[in-house]
Amino acid sequence: MKPGKRYLLSAAGLAGFLLLWEGIAQSGWFEAHLLPPPSTLPVTLLSEIRLGIWQEMVWASLRHYSIGFVIGSVLGVTLGVSVALFPKVEASQAWLARVFRPIPPLAWIPFAIIWFGISETAAAFIISIGIFWINYFAAMTAVLAVDKDLIEVARAFGHRTMFALLRKVIMPGAAPGILSGIRTGLGQGWMTVVAAELFGIPGIGQRMIEASGLLASEVVVLYMFSIAFLYGVSDYIFVRIQSKVLEWQR
Amino acid sequence: MATVIQTDNLAVSFDGVTPVFEGLTLAIEKGEFVSLVGVSGAGKSTLLRVIADLIPAFKGSVRVDTPSDPTRRAIAMVFQAANLMPWRSVEDNITLGLEGIDVSDRLKKERVRWTLDLVGLGNYADRWPYQLSGGQQQRIGIARALAVDPDILLMDEPFGSLDAITRNALQDELLHIWKETGKSILFVTHDIEEAVYLGDRVLLLGGEPAHIINEYSIGIERTERRESEAFLRKVEKVRGGLQDAINVTLSAH
Repeated sequence: MKPGKRYLLSAAGLAGFLLLWEGIAQSGWFEAHLLPPPSTLPVTLLSEIRLGIWQEMVWASLRHYSIGFVIGSVLGVTLGVSVALFPKVEASQAWLARVFRPIPPLAWIPFAIIWFGISETAAAFIISIGIFWINYFAAMTAVLAVDKDLIEVARAFGHRTMFALLRKVIMPGAAPGILSGIRTGLGQGWMTVVAAELFGIPGIGQRMIEASGLLASEVVVLYMFSIAFLYGVSDYIFVRIQSKVLEWQR
Repeated sequence: MATVIQTDNLAVSFDGVTPVFEGLTLAIEKGEFVSLVGVSGAGKSTLLRVIADLIPAFKGSVRVDTPSDPTRRAIAMVFQAANLMPWRSVEDNITLGLEGIDVSDRLKKERVRWTLDLVGLGNYADRWPYQLSGGQQQRIGIARALAVDPDILLMDEPFGSLDAITRNALQDELLHIWKETGKSILFVTHDIEEAVYLGDRVLLLGGEPAHIINEYSIGIERTERRESEAFLRKVEKVRGGLQDAINVTLSAH
């Protein structure tokens, strides 16, 4: 399929969906608050922006998200790489990882609130947990999968210390796996950000729960789409960076 | 002639008990092209690796002549699969061995140019490895080894995975490079014709535990080698020696 045709079909699919939704919402089969028509969204967006709420909530969520994303990614990659490199580190944390990994990030909400209160730190903490595990496993797998023959080549050409091997072979070789872990975390982060805020930490999630209490379902829908938009933008930027870094791949 | 590699009663063992080979003594002279063939599992690749100090000797010793020039390395290795780093451009793959020794950027550029010209890929410096054919990748593997201007090239079945035409072309290219540069080459192969075609001498590794059981001096002009009677007779002779070694190994089990 030609790229032009592909775009056209994709756009038609989305437009068709919106039209169908608008039609059903306008048909009067449902009460307006059960299914707000998409045509109300621009007005809702404008009014939220005019009130200054949209910017404030998006900015707050973006902050929690970014802090959690950076902390979770850095710690996850660092620990994942160390575990793959050093058998003793691997052994010492093997059971710990088995115990803590299955606990979903949202199960940490009570402790996040007990430890950090209803605060940005609490939200960032919850977000970082999910992102941590994704990166931890992605980085560990990526490092273990680095071609041993290439490590031998590097050694044969004089790069024999652990640091030199990390720099010349292991990190570049593991980069595709590590980056795809970071990208998965990028999406996972947006999923937890809203859940973390449903408990009253200011941000998109809090505004959604507030609006649903007032049956302002068009506001809820607006913020749902806002998340999709933010995720789309961050993923797009990341993929651009990723393909630049991994230019050497086929 | 000066000896560039000397092993004495060398043994390698992976488990610290059973040796891969034992009592292995050989000497390679400066500028010599030595082929190494042998029973499979006799440790041909292992021998190259212990000479390159990639794995330790279990018993005995390896002595390698080291150059006093800090811009060169004593040894460089060419592997069976070219094993280029896919995230490095051709040029950066060639300079891999120059990182960590005392080579100026200017000299680096010179070495890249020189080696790329030697392997006939002068215009390929900016390519990614995935853009090269198998034969081209192997040429870059050779250029990478030559870039450190080593006295000794250790080659581990470098043409084993190439098609016959590319293999013949690269054999002739290698001979040309060898004459041009005067390197000493230890060349492992399972292809006896290749061993006889390239080497001044062919060493035969076999026995239980393995050691050097025979040595064939080729002594035919290389221009006469591909098809001549004398060449074919030599190939048959080495093949017979290898067959005997295989039979001995089989009957020992």
